[in-house]
Amino acid sequence: MANFILHVIIMMGIYAILSLSLNFMLGYAGIISICHSAFFGIGAYAGALISLKLGLPFVIEMFLACSIAGLCGLIIAAPTLRLDEDYMSLATYAFGVIVYTVLSNWHSLTRGPLGLPGIPRIEIFSLAFDQLWSYACLVLFFVALTIACLASWIRSPLGKLLMAIREDQVAVSAIGKNVAFFKILATVISSFFAGIAGVLLAHYLTFIDPSTFVIQESFIILGMVVFGGMGTIAGPVAGAITMVFIPEALRFIGLPSFYAAHLRQVMFSLLIIMILLKRPQGLLGKKLE
Amino acid sequence: MILLETKGLCKNFGGILAVREFSLKVKRGTVTALIGPNGAGKTTVFNLITGHLPITRGEIFFRGERIDGLPPHRIVRSGIARTFQLVRIFPRLTVLENVMVALRTPRGESLWESLVKTRRLREEALENHKKTLEYLVQVGLLENKSQYAQNLGFGQQKLVEIARAMATEPELLLLDEPTAGLSQDMTTSIQNLIHGLKKQGKTILFIEHDMRVVMGISDWIYVLNYGEKIAEGPPEEIKKNQRVIQAYLGSES
Repeated sequence: MANFILHVIIMMGIYAILSLSLNFMLGYAGIISICHSAFFGIGAYAGALISLKLGLPFVIEMFLACSIAGLCGLIIAAPTLRLDEDYMSLATYAFGVIVYTVLSNWHSLTRGPLGLPGIPRIEIFSLAFDQLWSYACLVLFFVALTIACLASWIRSPLGKLLMAIREDQVAVSAIGKNVAFFKILATVISSFFAGIAGVLLAHYLTFIDPSTFVIQESFIILGMVVFGGMGTIAGPVAGAITMVFIPEALRFIGLPSFYAAHLRQVMFSLLIIMILLKRPQGLLGKKLE
Repeated sequence: MILLETKGLCKNFGGILAVREFSLKVKRGTVTALIGPNGAGKTTVFNLITGHLPITRGEIFFRGERIDGLPPHRIVRSGIARTFQLVRIFPRLTVLENVMVALRTPRGESLWESLVKTRRLREEALENHKKTLEYLVQVGLLENKSQYAQNLGFGQQKLVEIARAMATEPELLLLDEPTAGLSQDMTTSIQNLIHGLKKQGKTILFIEHDMRVVMGISDWIYVLNYGEKIAEGPPEEIKKNQRVIQAYLGSES
């Protein structure tokens, strides 16, 4: 029982980091991106490959993997910036599909659908995080770190500027700020932190394969942000907690896992429909008076 | 001293010549009006000057240097600010935030400094807060500072936009129909505001339809019709200019 709870906490933590990072670019900067699963996957694969092939210390591995994810954020952001909102979302969607396709087909690097097994446990200064409870602490540490960093930036003039970009980009260019630069910056930060979640997942499952990072996952993460409340800090966390909890709870009450997987999708749809009908600003979202 | 100058400015929208061979000179410290019937190309001229639209032909000089072709944020940084015909404030930000966001915040925008909250960052924040309040006082919106901009009346939103433009510390202010849709009281406030800005040494180029305002505060007027300059001169001459009267002044505004 305790193990199950710890497992759920770990998954909630990982998805909280994903939701928080997506919310940074979506809820604050107003950039509609549906490829967060791509950054998640890039972080996971980068972390896994670095630890399998190079065996670098964990802190360096984490930093490198996240930087690679951030770099991919730059690669998608730079050319798609000038597109209209709707077309930009399509472009990000395409990027997500491309990443999945690359992960599934670059056999020499990623072993394609066979995945990467045997990802080593994390060790920091010869402290091994091989127990569930210690791993949960590690994940929660990174959740706290993510919240601390993103909240600092959101509350600073940088955060206000991103929100202004969300409101009216033309007006922001008319006050002398380089909109393109800040949109790229928001995307890179967002993808960097999504990489953290990827690395944590890789070392937790010790096995990753492309199916975890299908484009549909981006919608789940998006759903968590919308459900929990865009544009707030607690919102995405609440969204992640809810949407991880419900399918896991279903499994716990004895539903065979075959049903649980499909039920997750049904639950997801129901939650989104409910929240948009009853409380469109999200569970913890603010309605402006 | 000529602060802003355009030479032979042209803008072609795929066959529609919205602006033809428009040349103007704006002297430092003056208030210049750009008038003309609806659709004459006045806002297009503004968009060309601020870089929001690429020019088809011609040159634009600010303080003697070419600025056409530069991106809008660089042009604003060099000292030109503008307001929009249909107000473009940030609805879900407070009045205070709307204006503060326009200030120079090199420390606030630094990732590292805002993470670690250095002393210089906090000093900059306090300084900017103080400056923002001063701008709000100037436009008379101090009491509304914590309201969300979307909840303000139209006239007040226009004031927010003007305060925001002022906050970029420009030499030249481009005001696009600052009194459009406003009551007589608010129109007078804006008129006084523009007069106050001129006293501070700012240069103003504004688009306006209200002839009383135009004649009341302008030092020089340019008249545009179908994208072409049909007249320029001080208010007394423009009032009597037959071409202008025919094109524009015939109707009550």
